[in-house]
Amino acid sequence: MRRLPAALVAVLSLAGLAVSGCAGGTSSDSETASAPARSTLTVFAAASLQTTFTELGHDFEMQHPGTTVTFSFAGSSDLVTQIQGGAPADVFASANTTNMDKLTADRLVAGAPVPFASNTLTIAVPPDNPAGISSLADLTKPGVQVVICAPEVPCGSATATIERASGIDLAPVSEESSVTDVLNKVATGEADAGLVYLTDVAAAGDKVVAVDFAESGQAVNTYPIAVLRDSGQPELARAFVDLVVSAPGQQVLADAGFAQPT
Amino acid sequence: MRSRRPGRSRRESSYSGLPRWIYLPAALGAVFVLLPLVAIGLRVEWSRFFELINSPSSLAALRLSLITSSLATLACVVLGVPMAMVLARTRFRGQRFVRSLLLLPLVLPPVVGGIALLYTFGRRGLLGQTLEVLGLQIAFSTTAVVLAQTFVALPFLVVSLEGTLRAVGQRYDTVAATLGARPTTVLRRVTVPLVLPGLLSGAVLSFARALGEFGATLTFAGSLQGVTRTLPLEIYLQRESDADAAVALSLVLVAVAVFVVGLAQRSRAIP
Repeated sequence: MRRLPAALVAVLSLAGLAVSGCAGGTSSDSETASAPARSTLTVFAAASLQTTFTELGHDFEMQHPGTTVTFSFAGSSDLVTQIQGGAPADVFASANTTNMDKLTADRLVAGAPVPFASNTLTIAVPPDNPAGISSLADLTKPGVQVVICAPEVPCGSATATIERASGIDLAPVSEESSVTDVLNKVATGEADAGLVYLTDVAAAGDKVVAVDFAESGQAVNTYPIAVLRDSGQPELARAFVDLVVSAPGQQVLADAGFAQPT
Repeated sequence: MRSRRPGRSRRESSYSGLPRWIYLPAALGAVFVLLPLVAIGLRVEWSRFFELINSPSSLAALRLSLITSSLATLACVVLGVPMAMVLARTRFRGQRFVRSLLLLPLVLPPVVGGIALLYTFGRRGLLGQTLEVLGLQIAFSTTAVVLAQTFVALPFLVVSLEGTLRAVGQRYDTVAATLGARPTTVLRRVTVPLVLPGLLSGAVLSFARALGEFGATLTFAGSLQGVTRTLPLEIYLQRESDADAAVALSLVLVAVAVFVVGLAQRSRAIP
């Protein structure tokens, strides 16, 4: 009576080991495989580029039959850590120059990074604008719940630059670790206002409204793109960078709210 | 982990009754859990360890985490002990369904819990208007952190204590009642002392869960130094700018968690 279940469990656990072994094998195969006829271009891009770069990836696949573009979208600093750790990527597009500079310093970039877009901060408020925000100074009115990015992340350092330049000292109720979290706090009405990028407001549809302010020009984030040194297909990677900086590529970015690089 | 002291366990266990092959997957599982801890230990810059964890933001986060987790554990005991007793000692229609609903935070992704709390206690949530009239604002306050932690930690206490209550049985309660003790006296003098080990380990588990809470806090409470930015949130943020500090802080969190789980093991095994 007891031997049958035991044997079954043994077989099952062996099968489990075998399956997990196989799975490990296939995933590493697919990472390294790059047959000459069908090639895969791997692009690491800042999370804010998800919509635009996915569209550009489709365009690229149309122009280069047989090529598949795969993306990894995440925070720029996460991506830098992964590339430094040896992640197989051909192209890197960063949401600020600081993170690109880390890779340049480590000599992981082929050639000089190219600036391809810029993004400025704006004040996001809920559609009914409960606190009646119309300027940056309004954010310091008593009782206004303001949420900003923490200074450790790119959108937060841009916010700090604006505070310094304008002499306006914000007293936020929360310093979030990503711009998405700021946007969500405003979209749910928890916060009266938040500082996010123009492209975030554009992507959020009718959940939030942007209140532009004059001081936003003080902190413009430049997005650089570069081919990585360890890319196995530098020509193809270069072609993708060319598409991003070309007129049609720039149009896709402009439609999403990005400005020309400064 | 298997430190079941022979003297304290109910069954003497010189014969384990286990087939030999079972040690292989068991060892694999142990390595799978322990290896990442070793890896994090190897990554810490030990020469700068105290400097890295000694920054004002780290200390504020550690302090806030310990305070909020303690408050959340207290709330879990106050609410969870009666819940466990009702679930273990009574029968009512739909009890199984109610039970599985109450334990839902165990399986719910914490982010979902955070969103749910937001729609309940947030300014535009179910209770938000009422709370605002009463002059209470939960959003972006330390209270929000405690609420988020209590929400995710409560089922741990309930499950743990309910198991102990069922294992202990009702014999002594019945004897006390037949000797004339009123229900509250039975509860205070017989039931609670009997299940105290289970209650303690449940409380320690809740504390550990509250300490590690991240997703619900991030979604519901926000992140501000000294107010809502607990240790896990601080680690997540430090990772953006100073990876070494994040690793050092992670080890602090691991150390606190190991200490707490060790306490739970000492106060008798988890049912």
